Amino acid sequence: MSHRSDSAGGGLYPEEWSRPTAFRNRWVRLGVYLSVLAFFVYSIWEIRVTPDRLLVGIEGARTLLSSMFPPDFGLSFEGGGISVERNAELIRTGVVESLGMSVVATVVGVLVSVPIAFMAAENMVPRPVYYVGRVVVSVSRAFHVLVVAIIAVVAVGFGPLAGTLAMVFSTPGFFAKLLAEDLEDIDRTELDAIRSTGASRTQVILYGVVPQVLPRVIGLTIYRWDINIRAATIIGIVGAGGIGSTLYSSFQRYEYDFSLAIVLVIVAIVMVGEGVSAYARRRVQ
Amino acid sequence: MAGELTEWNRYDSRDHLIRYLAVLGTIVAFLVSWRLLEVNYEFAATAPREVSDLLSRMYPPDAAYSGEIAAPLVETVSIAILGTTLAFVIAIPTAYLGAENTTPNAITYAIGKFIISFTRSVNVIIWALVFVIVFGPGALAGAFAVGFRSIGFLGKLIAEEIEEIDPVPVRAMRATGANAFTVALYGIVPQVKPALIGLATYRWDINVRESTVIGFVGAGGIGLALDGRIDAHDWNAVLTILVAILLIVLVSEVVSAYLRSKAR
Repeated sequence: MSHRSDSAGGGLYPEEWSRPTAFRNRWVRLGVYLSVLAFFVYSIWEIRVTPDRLLVGIEGARTLLSSMFPPDFGLSFEGGGISVERNAELIRTGVVESLGMSVVATVVGVLVSVPIAFMAAENMVPRPVYYVGRVVVSVSRAFHVLVVAIIAVVAVGFGPLAGTLAMVFSTPGFFAKLLAEDLEDIDRTELDAIRSTGASRTQVILYGVVPQVLPRVIGLTIYRWDINIRAATIIGIVGAGGIGSTLYSSFQRYEYDFSLAIVLVIVAIVMVGEGVSAYARRRVQ
Repeated sequence: MAGELTEWNRYDSRDHLIRYLAVLGTIVAFLVSWRLLEVNYEFAATAPREVSDLLSRMYPPDAAYSGEIAAPLVETVSIAILGTTLAFVIAIPTAYLGAENTTPNAITYAIGKFIISFTRSVNVIIWALVFVIVFGPGALAGAFAVGFRSIGFLGKLIAEEIEEIDPVPVRAMRATGANAFTVALYGIVPQVKPALIGLATYRWDINVRESTVIGFVGAGGIGLALDGRIDAHDWNAVLTILVAILLIVLVSEVVSAYLRSKAR
C-alpha cells in the first residue's frame, strides 16, 4: 500500500489518496510498465502489424468462415437413414489412432517417469544423481511436444510410433516433476518406523514411500493421459500419426468444411477427456 | 484370539480386487491400443539405433549458424508478447461475463463459459493453421494463434479470481452512486490486479514455448527455421536451434518467475 502521508497536514489521515498498487513501490511499477511497453512496441514493429494487414484479415476470415460452414462430417441423412461416407471413415480411423497413441504413450511414459521422479527428488538420492534427474526433467519440459515429434518423425519415420515416442519424451517434464515434489514432502517418521523394524531398503520404499505417494501417482497418470489425448489429436500435423494428419491434409486440399468437422470432433474429445479425467481424479484423491 | 492374526496384510480382499482389476484394465487397454497402432515391429526395434544415429549426426551443433537464428528467436518472443497482450485484452471482458458474481444474466454467463472452453480446447497449432489462411503466412498469424489459444486459460483463471473477491468494497462503491465501469475499476480491479499481472506473466512464459512450434505451419518464429533446416538435412544447425529453444524457454521461465515474485 502506498498511502502517502503528507507531513504538512500533520494529521492522522493522508491528505492525498492514491489507488493501492500491486507492486512494492512506484519505481518498480514504473520500471515494469515501461519495459513491458517497450517490448510491446518493439514487437508490433518487429511483426509489422499494420491496419491494412488487419483489414485483409477480416476479409480472409469472412471467406474462410463461409467455406467452413456447414461442417462436413461425412454423414448424410437423406432418405431417413444415415449413410456413412469417406470423410466419416477418415475421422473414425484418425480418432482411434489418436486414442491408441495416447494410451500407449501414457503407460510407457509413466513407467519411464517414475524412476526419473525418484532421481529428481532431493531426499531420495545422492546429489549427483539428483542433478541428473533435474536436468532430464528440465529438458523434457522445455521442448513443446511438437518439436520433439518433428525430430522423432525424422528418426523413426512418419506414423504413430513417432508420435508415441514424442509424448513419452514429454512425460517426465510433467509427471516426474510433480511426483518428485510429492516425494520430497513425504513423512519421514513412517520411513524411520519401518527401518527400525529391520526392513531392507527395498522394503522401506515399498511399505514406507509407495503408500504415501500412490494416490498421487494414479491421479497424475490420469491427468497425463488427458494431456496426451490432447497432444495425440494434433501431433499428426507434423506427420506423427492420428487425427491431426487428417486435419492437416484437409487444410492442404482446401476442404475447409471437413476441417471444421475435424476441429469440432477434436474439441469434443478434449472436453470429454477433461471431464472424465477431472471426475476420476476426484475419486482417487 | 491368539493365533488368528498370524499374518499381516496391507489390503483387505475388496481392495485387492479393485487393484487387480485396475492393473488388468490398464494392461488390456495398453495391448489393445498397441495392436490398433499396427506398429511395424522392425521399425520399433530399430528406433533406439535410429535415434542415436540421428543424434550422432547432429553433434556438434553448428556454431556458425547461431548468428542466423537471432532474428527468428526475437520474433518468437515477440509473438509471445503480442499474443499474450491480445489474449489479455479479450480475456478480461470474457472473464467478466464468465464470473458468476459479475455476469449480467444467465445467457451472458453461458457465452463467457463457451468462449473460455472453446478457445482452450483448440490447440495453438490448429489456430495457427486457421490464421495462416486468414492473414497469410507470417508472424502476425502466429500472434493471433497464440492469442486466441490463451483466451480460455486467462479468462478461466481471471474469472475465478473475480469470483473470490470481497463484495464489500464493490457494494461501498455502488453506494456512492458509481456507475458499473467505475465500480469495476475501483472495486474489482484493485482486488484482482496482482493476480492479473501474475497470470499474464505466467501465460507469456507458456506462450514462448507455444511460439516455438507455430512455424511448422508457416506462422513465424523459430519453428519455421527448424522446419527448414530439417528439410535441408542440416542436422548440425538443427541441434543449434534445439539448444537455442532450450535457452530461450529456460530464460523466459526465470524472467517470468522473477516478475511474478515482484508483483505481490
